[in-house]
Amino acid sequence: MNTLRLLYIFFRVSVLNETAYRVNFFVQLFQSLLELGTALAGLAVIFSYTQSLGGWHPDEMLALVGVYFLVGGIISLVIQPGMSALIDSVRDGTLDFTLTKPEDAQLLVSIQRMAIWSLLDLLMGTGVLITALVLLGQTVGVGEAAQFIGMLLAGAVIVYSFWLILASLSFWFVRVENLLQIFQSMYQAGRWPISLYPGWLRFALTFVVPVAFATSVPAEALTGRLGGPTLLGAFGLAILLFAIARLIWRLGLRHYSGASA
Amino acid sequence: MIVLQEIRNLLRLYAQQFKTTFASMVQYRASLFIWMISQVLEPLVYLIVWSTVSNSSGGSVGGYTAQGFAAYYLALMLVNQFTYTWIMWEYEYRVRQGQLSFALLKPVHPIHSDIADNLSSKLITLPILAVVAAGLALIFHPTAAFNWWAGLAFIPAIILAFLVRFLLEWTLALSAFWTTRVNAINQVYFILMLFLAGQIAPLSLFPHWLQIVADILPFRWMLGFPVELVLSRLSPAQALLGLAAQSTWVFISLILIRLIWRAGVRVYSAVGA
Repeated sequence: MNTLRLLYIFFRVSVLNETAYRVNFFVQLFQSLLELGTALAGLAVIFSYTQSLGGWHPDEMLALVGVYFLVGGIISLVIQPGMSALIDSVRDGTLDFTLTKPEDAQLLVSIQRMAIWSLLDLLMGTGVLITALVLLGQTVGVGEAAQFIGMLLAGAVIVYSFWLILASLSFWFVRVENLLQIFQSMYQAGRWPISLYPGWLRFALTFVVPVAFATSVPAEALTGRLGGPTLLGAFGLAILLFAIARLIWRLGLRHYSGASA
Repeated sequence: MIVLQEIRNLLRLYAQQFKTTFASMVQYRASLFIWMISQVLEPLVYLIVWSTVSNSSGGSVGGYTAQGFAAYYLALMLVNQFTYTWIMWEYEYRVRQGQLSFALLKPVHPIHSDIADNLSSKLITLPILAVVAAGLALIFHPTAAFNWWAGLAFIPAIILAFLVRFLLEWTLALSAFWTTRVNAINQVYFILMLFLAGQIAPLSLFPHWLQIVADILPFRWMLGFPVELVLSRLSPAQALLGLAAQSTWVFISLILIRLIWRAGVRVYSAVGA
C-alpha cells in the first residue's frame, strides 16, 4: 500500500514538473506516432512478400509490436530515468538525501524520476495490442491471456533487475552510463520474434541482455506458443535476478561513502 | 603559391585532427564498442528477417536469395559505416553550450575539422567493422556477382556517397541554430533514410512509385546505390545515371551549406555576446 502511495506521489510530482513544458507533449506525440508508423510500414513491406514470418502471421506480429511499444514505454517512463539519476547521484554524492529518508532506498531511487510523456508509448502499445487481440479473436483464450500477463510481469521484473544491477555497478566504477546503452541498442532486436535469430544471437538476447523476456516471450504467451519450461524458466529467472539485484544494491550501498565522508 | 600554402595548412590541420581523434577514441574504447553494437545489429536484424522471408517463399524474393540478402546487408553495413556521420547530435550541443564560438575564431571554415574528425575515426572503426562483417560472412554465406567495371565505378560512387551524406547532414545539423527540437528533426530524417536509402529493404522490393521518389530524393545516393552497384545489380547506364545524380546532389548541398551557414552564424549568439 505504502509503495503504491509513494508511486502516486512521485508520479504527481513528475506530472506537475512536466506540465510546465507542454510543447514536449506534442513533440513526443509526433515522435511516438512516427516510430509506430515506421514499425507498421516495415511490417507492411515484409508481409507484402510473405504470408508468415518464421511462422508468425501479421496479426501475431502486430501483437509483438504492441508488446514492444508497451514494454519500451515502461522502460523509458520509469526504469531508464530512475537508473540514470541513480548513477548521477552516486557520482555527485546526492544519494545521501535519498538514504536519509525513512523508506526503502531501492524503491525510492527506482521511482524517483518519471518521464511522463513516455506514457504515450505505453498507451500506443496498449492500443496496438488491443487491435491485435481483436484481429486474433477466438485464438486467444483465458489461458493465453493469463500466461501473457504473467510473462509481461516477469519480463518487467527481469528488465528492471537487469538495469538495477548495471546501475549499481556505479558504486564501484565511475562510467557505467555506457553499459545502460547496451540494453537500449539491443532492445530493437526485440521487435522481431526471437525464434528467427540463429542460436548464438538467441542466446545473447536471452541470457546476456535479456531482451527476449521483455518482448518476445510475452508475445509468444499470447499467441499460444509458450511451453511450460519457458514459462517456469521466466518466473524463476525473474525471482533470481531480482534477488541478485537486491544483493548487489545492498553491497553497493555498503561500499558507498557519500559526498564528503 | 598561396594556394599551395593553403593546401599545406589544411593537410597539417587534418593530420593534427587525426591525432586528436585517435587519442580520444582510444580513451573512450567502451563507448566505441557499444556504438559498434548498434551499427552491426540493425542491418543484421534485417538480414535475418529478409533471409527468413526468402527461404519461406521458395528461396527467392524480388531477385534476392537468402545469400543475396546476406551480401546486400553486409555490404550495406560497411557502406553505411563509411558514409556515417554523427554531426547532427554534435552541433546541437555545440550551439547550446556556446562551444561553436571557439570554432568560429579559427581562421579556417569549421567544416574542415569535422571532415577530418569523421575520416580519422573511420580509419579505426572501418577495419574493426570489416572483421565483424567477415565473421558474419562465415555464418550467413553471402553470394553476389562481381563485374570489374562495377567494382571500378564503386570507388567514385562511395566517395560521392560520403560527400552527399556528409554535406547534407552537416547542413541539417545547422538547424540547431534555429531550434532546440533537433531530436525530432533527426528522427524524421532517419526514418526517411530507413525507407528511401534501402535500409529496411533493398529498394527494388518497394512499389514502383516509391522507387521513383527514392530516385529523386538524395537518400538512395548516400547508401543504397553504392551497395547495389558493388553487388553488380545495376546496368552500366543505371550506374552512370547514379553517378550523375550523386554529383548533382553534391553540387546542390554545397550551395545549401553556403546559404544556411551564413544565415545561421548571423542568428548565433553565444552567452555573454
